[in-house]
Amino acid sequence: MPVTRHVSPRPGDVLILVGTMKGAFIVRSDARRQEWDVGGPYFPGSAVYATAFDARAGRHRLWAGPHSMHWGGLLRSSDDFGKTWTNPEQANVKFPESSGAALAQIWQIVPGRESEPDTLYCGVEPAALFVSRDAGETWSLSEGLWNHPHRPQWQPGGGGLCLHTILPDPERPDRMRIAVSAAGMYVTDDRGVSWRASNKGVRADFLPEKYPEFGQCVHKVAQARRRPDRMFLQNHWGLYRSDDRGESWTDIANGVPSDFGFPMAIHPHDPDTAWIVPLESDEFRCTPEGKLRVYRTRDGGARWEAQTDGLPQDGAYETVLRDALAVDAIEPHGVYFGTRSGKLFGSADEGTRWSTLLDGLPPVISVKTAIA
Amino acid sequence: MPVLFVIPGALRELAGDRAEVRVEGTPRSIAAALSLLWVECPAVRDRVMTERGEVRPHINVFVDGENIRASGGLDAPVRDGAEIMLLPAISGG
Repeated sequence: MPVTRHVSPRPGDVLILVGTMKGAFIVRSDARRQEWDVGGPYFPGSAVYATAFDARAGRHRLWAGPHSMHWGGLLRSSDDFGKTWTNPEQANVKFPESSGAALAQIWQIVPGRESEPDTLYCGVEPAALFVSRDAGETWSLSEGLWNHPHRPQWQPGGGGLCLHTILPDPERPDRMRIAVSAAGMYVTDDRGVSWRASNKGVRADFLPEKYPEFGQCVHKVAQARRRPDRMFLQNHWGLYRSDDRGESWTDIANGVPSDFGFPMAIHPHDPDTAWIVPLESDEFRCTPEGKLRVYRTRDGGARWEAQTDGLPQDGAYETVLRDALAVDAIEPHGVYFGTRSGKLFGSADEGTRWSTLLDGLPPVISVKTAIA
Repeated sequence: MPVLFVIPGALRELAGDRAEVRVEGTPRSIAAALSLLWVECPAVRDRVMTERGEVRPHINVFVDGENIRASGGLDAPVRDGAEIMLLPAISGG
């Protein structure tokens, strides 16, 4: 097995949690974000689609959902920045026998609101939501979503029938939005007891009915923390904004080379600013014209500007997946993304100038950030 | 006679750092033998089996050298003193 290196973060350091098809890495810098060192690989050989950092209630806890092709997947956590990880005897995220389902992949881990410091959410394939109310010790299936009458009509996307996005509403404790490829978005207003489809205005080019109640292939959704009515959505064809908490969506594909893509990230404080990485068509799924361009809007999607400084613009046929773009919490905010070709790019000035932080990683499938 | 389980390297830590585990009993099927192993090594179960009670698709179970996928699956017979190997399949990318 490979030798695993470790990082030793100090309070205030920036961490990039990088999940790859062959394990996870922790990339660390001080707040200047000019020099980086790397810990890992953790869980070598396992795909890590999901990581998270839980800083609530005085914790410094990393979460990861490694999945071994041989031995399956489970959630593991570390309170010492990766030096040691839990390895539960029993798989902690597992379907009840009555469901007839088996876990295929862990796609998302999201700590709950600050007001519920022991709550965590986990999205998985086959599409389901698990909830923990005891800081990740035990998990239970959200039966309301699992038993939704639409479920038999949900269809898997290229990544499987995965629940990949979990958005606990920052202001309304009873409300949460999730997204499934390819079922679309569902919302609960009663803490998960009942769920309703919420995809008004979102196109489904691959279905006979172009604007169905559900069945859209939503790739990523982001919600503004300080103005939660504002949301952005990168669809399987289609780039959207909502100003009513996702109840309706408006096309904002203005000036982008393609409205197909996967990731979508919103500015932590400015609800008019967001980043995407357009890809060319749902067949090619690579950056258009061999140019790796991050597009940023500063005005809610009225215009999108290509950010290219420091990014390869010749022969760069890259793919950035739905969870492989993230923003940090230090102003000016750092933006980071990883590619299927194993590169990690970073910007310390909100996307204006970029540099290659790492090259030669296994295919990158998730990128998250944390402040130690 | 007890049956002998050969534990793959990746799971030995979860089996008390043992490469081999003997379980007492007279299981007549691999399902029964595995149930005895889960009592002895509970942490191994979820790594080998899915929630649906099936052997994970990239794990092979050999009873005296024969893959149970060709000899009845979890109903495959087990003789007294059998050697049962749990092995990861040749797969990956």
